[in-house]
Amino acid sequence: MRSEPMPLLSRVADSVYWMARYIERAENVARFIGVNLNLQIDLPLAPSQQWQPLIETSGDAETFKERFGLATQARVIEWLAYDSQNLSSIVSCLRFARENARSVRETISSEMWTQVNSMYLQIQTQRSLPEPERMLDAFREIRMGCHLFEGVTDATMSHNEAWHFMRLGRMLERADKTSRILDVKYFMLLPSIRDVGTPYDDIHWSAVLKSVSGFEMYRKKYGRITPSDVVDFLVMDNEFPRAVRFCIKSASESLQSITGTPIGAFRYRSEQLMGQLRAELDFTSVETVLRSGLHEYLDRLQLKMNGIDEGLRDDFAVRTTPAVASQSQTQGSSTAPTA
Amino acid sequence: MRVDGYETGGFYDEMFDEACQPRAEARLLLDTISALGDGQLERCQQAAERILVQLGITFNVYGDSAGTERPFPFDLVPRIVTATEWDWIERGLKQRIHALNQFINDIYHDQKIIKDGVIPEEVVRSAAFYRPQCVGINPPKGVWCHITGSDLVRHSDGRIYVLEDNLRVPSGVSYMLENRDLMKRTFPQVFDGLRVRPVFEYPSLLLETLEAIAPRGVTTKPVVVLLTPGMYNSAYFEHSYLAQKMGIPLVEGRDLVVEDKSVWMRTTKGLRRVHVIYRRIDDDFLDPETFRPDSLLGVPGLVDAYRAGRVSLANAPGNGVADDKVMYAYVPDMIRYYEGEDAIIPNVPTYLCWRDTDRQHVLQNLETLVVKAANEAGGYGMLVGPHSTAAEREAFAAKITANPRNYIAQPTLGLSRVPTLVGDQLEGRHVDLRPYILYGDEIRVVPGGLTRVALRKGSLVVNSSQGGGSKDTWVLEAGGR
Repeated sequence: MRSEPMPLLSRVADSVYWMARYIERAENVARFIGVNLNLQIDLPLAPSQQWQPLIETSGDAETFKERFGLATQARVIEWLAYDSQNLSSIVSCLRFARENARSVRETISSEMWTQVNSMYLQIQTQRSLPEPERMLDAFREIRMGCHLFEGVTDATMSHNEAWHFMRLGRMLERADKTSRILDVKYFMLLPSIRDVGTPYDDIHWSAVLKSVSGFEMYRKKYGRITPSDVVDFLVMDNEFPRAVRFCIKSASESLQSITGTPIGAFRYRSEQLMGQLRAELDFTSVETVLRSGLHEYLDRLQLKMNGIDEGLRDDFAVRTTPAVASQSQTQGSSTAPTA
Repeated sequence: MRVDGYETGGFYDEMFDEACQPRAEARLLLDTISALGDGQLERCQQAAERILVQLGITFNVYGDSAGTERPFPFDLVPRIVTATEWDWIERGLKQRIHALNQFINDIYHDQKIIKDGVIPEEVVRSAAFYRPQCVGINPPKGVWCHITGSDLVRHSDGRIYVLEDNLRVPSGVSYMLENRDLMKRTFPQVFDGLRVRPVFEYPSLLLETLEAIAPRGVTTKPVVVLLTPGMYNSAYFEHSYLAQKMGIPLVEGRDLVVEDKSVWMRTTKGLRRVHVIYRRIDDDFLDPETFRPDSLLGVPGLVDAYRAGRVSLANAPGNGVADDKVMYAYVPDMIRYYEGEDAIIPNVPTYLCWRDTDRQHVLQNLETLVVKAANEAGGYGMLVGPHSTAAEREAFAAKITANPRNYIAQPTLGLSRVPTLVGDQLEGRHVDLRPYILYGDEIRVVPGGLTRVALRKGSLVVNSSQGGGSKDTWVLEAGGR
């Protein structure tokens, strides 16, 4: 008989989950910057319109305003990519990813560690903004570095419990970022409703699609660009790997592998929340979403994903201060949830 | 690259004899090196350094605010040990560890060696790492020192001596393993024609050793973990490296909890029993209930569980009683007492400052001696007489007079040298050698070790915290060239 594998240390589960989230976050920031650089050439706008939305996507507009004032290209890129005081900047994300990786080097493969470490060392050497002609390449390289990490992870690490925790983190982060970019862009685009159907409108929506690498896949499926199809594609698509529904499906599969709970049931709070969200995405039409208001819908979506994240922490995470009373009850049964 | 202008500088050199001629075992290697084009060795060296940074093979420097991680400097020119000499070293180390283990067990039980008048009771009682909490404990198979990293040095007389035993929490073995990998990766041609004994089996042997000491009554495959103080510890790289190579969980104190006198780890599916802990935390920090109450690194109740035989610890707490530098002076007596034999590898002659005659001698000869605090490691708390100033000697004289038990002195050893790449040429640098000895069901020594090298010109201090680096160590196969 095969012996049951040793479950993961809670601390390790937490670290690999966050390592994956931070890598995904770094990739998304690089993605946003790259697309905006492209967009700027096609459709020059005032900085407030061009670069301010990026600050809003990353959710720290207040601090940025205090420190820099007006959102110019150079300031925004500096802040989003290289500023270590911005805890969501690429350099910070890679630093946190590496710290987490360092604490679980024995769990991940050497190839994975080497990849995180070289990405971190690479960005450390980039002290100031790249030259204009290097700019697009610099962000493409970061994106490819993150893809390489994901590929190396899939190809060199057993798809075990730790791997599923990483996938869980990566997919939740990705769903969150896709929904944010859609939210901000949609909000920005509404005032220019008179542009609907004009080339400008097309350029904007193409930029949204490109920022999640979805332009080509969208074309194949829908052809012409319309706002409702873009929303359908980015939220409800079942096959595109950055669509919210796809991400939640993958995350929920990984959670199921971790818990071993049969399909259609739940034993943990996080499983319940994940199942509810997955069902909702499976059985909602884009018309319903647009009728109820996209912004409101995406807001609720993000809250639900935050709820899942908190649930995961309660269900599996480290408790640094032992609650001795409750532990004496859990140590006997091997499958009891720790929450 | 030219090797014919190399100077031994009057020191014993591991590769060249007194006439500056290559020793037989080094000839092939030196031929390969001299056949290299200009700058080729340097390029290999730089490639090796890049790899170290890329792999993140670094140690943390305490008290260094500028960048806490640094790669441990590595020199590409290996140190060679002949098969005959290794055979002698291996026998000597096995003999020594066996005797030391008997001594520790005796000290925490009947203390026959004291009763028989071989070692004064006072010396044991005052040893910094004697732990009265460990009296009467019976670790599985009676083994107290599972992993030892003895420091060996070769003096100008050409003989090898044991300088220190390092019984407590010896480190550096990951560098022994990584150095070999690095050599194979950056400088593979030097292995041509030589039969160098592999070291890769160390992690398997270590795991075997740890599994061999599972608590009595554990019938399934024991759960073994490695306990680290955390990622800010200077040896963290080694902790994660060994855990990875053995495929065992790397845990911190906060991951463990003691319940019903057993040790459990906190997993995503609740608590799971732990049987053997390879702990890389000093005794003092292991368990706040038994040792230092302010320790946040350890696990409350751990020593109770250990005493109850529900979990095994490697190394056994309290084994540092034999690591005291005063106790060191008695090791040849211990070997005679427990083994009925003379020590195979000699001790460095040691003056014990608590003996009046020794102290007089030490105080009068400070400029030729090395003085060490009895319980410091890492090259701290040390006076190297010939390199000291009058003020430093005066300060040390005062310390010795105030606390004679805490100091020992030894003649300044002319540590042997190995050619080392300095700029674009080879220069001799002083080295020591730390082989690793494992003790589970039997005592085993991996053929090799960590050769530490003092990279500063003329320096005799090889510690990584004080400008030391390391080299690959080649133990040649018997009958090999």
